Amino acid sequence: MGFWGQFGVWLAALLTIGIISFLYKDNFLYKACEAIFVGISAGYWFIVYYWDNLYKKFYLQVTNHDLTSWERIIPWVGFILGVMMLSRLFEKIGWLSRWPLAFIVGATAGLYMMIYFVSNAMAQVASTIIPVFIGDWATIIANFFIVAGTFCGLVYFFFSKEHKGAFGLASRVGIWFLMITFGASFGYTVMSRMSLMIGRLDFLFGTWLGMIK
Amino acid sequence: MKRQIPFALVFIFGFFTIFQYFVPHESSEWVYEFLLDWILIIGIFALALGIWSLWRVSIDKINNRRPNWGYSYVTLAGLFLMIIFGFTAKNGDSWGYYFPFVIAVLLVIIMLIQTIKAKGQSKILYIGLALLFLIISILIGYFDKSWSIHFSTSEGLKNTMFQDFFDYILIPILSTMFSLLAFFIASAAYRAFRARNVLATILLVAALIVMLRFNFYLPGAEYFARTSTWLMNVPNLAANRAIVIGIGLGVVATALKVILGIERGYMGKG
Repeated sequence: MGFWGQFGVWLAALLTIGIISFLYKDNFLYKACEAIFVGISAGYWFIVYYWDNLYKKFYLQVTNHDLTSWERIIPWVGFILGVMMLSRLFEKIGWLSRWPLAFIVGATAGLYMMIYFVSNAMAQVASTIIPVFIGDWATIIANFFIVAGTFCGLVYFFFSKEHKGAFGLASRVGIWFLMITFGASFGYTVMSRMSLMIGRLDFLFGTWLGMIK
Repeated sequence: MKRQIPFALVFIFGFFTIFQYFVPHESSEWVYEFLLDWILIIGIFALALGIWSLWRVSIDKINNRRPNWGYSYVTLAGLFLMIIFGFTAKNGDSWGYYFPFVIAVLLVIIMLIQTIKAKGQSKILYIGLALLFLIISILIGYFDKSWSIHFSTSEGLKNTMFQDFFDYILIPILSTMFSLLAFFIASAAYRAFRARNVLATILLVAALIVMLRFNFYLPGAEYFARTSTWLMNVPNLAANRAIVIGIGLGVVATALKVILGIERGYMGKG
């Protein structure tokens, strides 16, 4: 590793320690790391968006003479809508920024409506309506739990009817299933964060200090 | 007109994106692809607005000497460094006068920030210094051929400084910040996991089984692994399905309200 590589490792180690120092208390090193992070990530995403979106989706399209004239003109509409977005900076013409916003809201609402309806609602319902009493006992029990758990979970989220009687019982079973999910998600989150922490410690004691071989 | 046209646009584009789903014709897909591209193109301008906002907030903190104002200089320096790196690239083996150029550009920005606050003769001094550093950076940029500025060729992303800042600054901070949550989540777990009732006990047991399955040295590790897999594949799947179906139906209802103009909160006031 050359000088700049070593310098990078030392810098990364300093920043890692700076962030970890927050565990003691909020301090100037943590605040500096935080400020560096905000600035650099804003600049990073701006540049990535510029090259990935404005350059590839607009510039390369409008300057590509292999495309038809329509295909070269249409990206200009997106560009003009984008420029209209900047009108928000000027009070008198700020209302113009609603046009690109309306376009994005409308297009993404329609897009997500179909995507979520197909993948979240329809596909999940279809996967739940399955033959229960099929295969060995373990499969039967698993299938039963999946069907009953999904149904009871949905009952719990149905707030238009009071949760009493049989409906209330199903709702209670539903929340038991939900608690298992929350517990499992919590366990997974803890383990993933632990894994990240181990990664950082491995970097500090291995890559930086060379204590782990 | 200020509100009617945006509502019409929401309806037209919302209806079109739903409609095109049922029309798998190439012309419909052609228009759909362009709509997706427009969203991405508009996105960069929205991001530019966000950066403008970051600039204004930072300048305001510096000028009014608000608490921790000094860190705003660090934020702005990081922002402009990445932007400079993103639009420049080395042409040969040497960087030449690239780093003096970067420093000169940063000094121009610092002088401009000082100009906003300063009054009288000091304002003229800062403007003069800003102009001086600007001329220096232009001269370096013009005469130094070891690197070049790029806006219309994707050389910018090949700048090693850009990648190094990402690898040695952004990634370590980001992953350490996320890893810190391990400590805070532990204290949260203490409060949440006290087995006060049946529901809390179910949560505790499920979380413990999932966490312990990664510990191969524990007695009965195999049992924990199998139970954890069953928990994830059966009850967890069932409850997740209920949540996902609920989210799906919620998104459909909200999208319909937006497209039909019932939900208008995104339009703001005025």
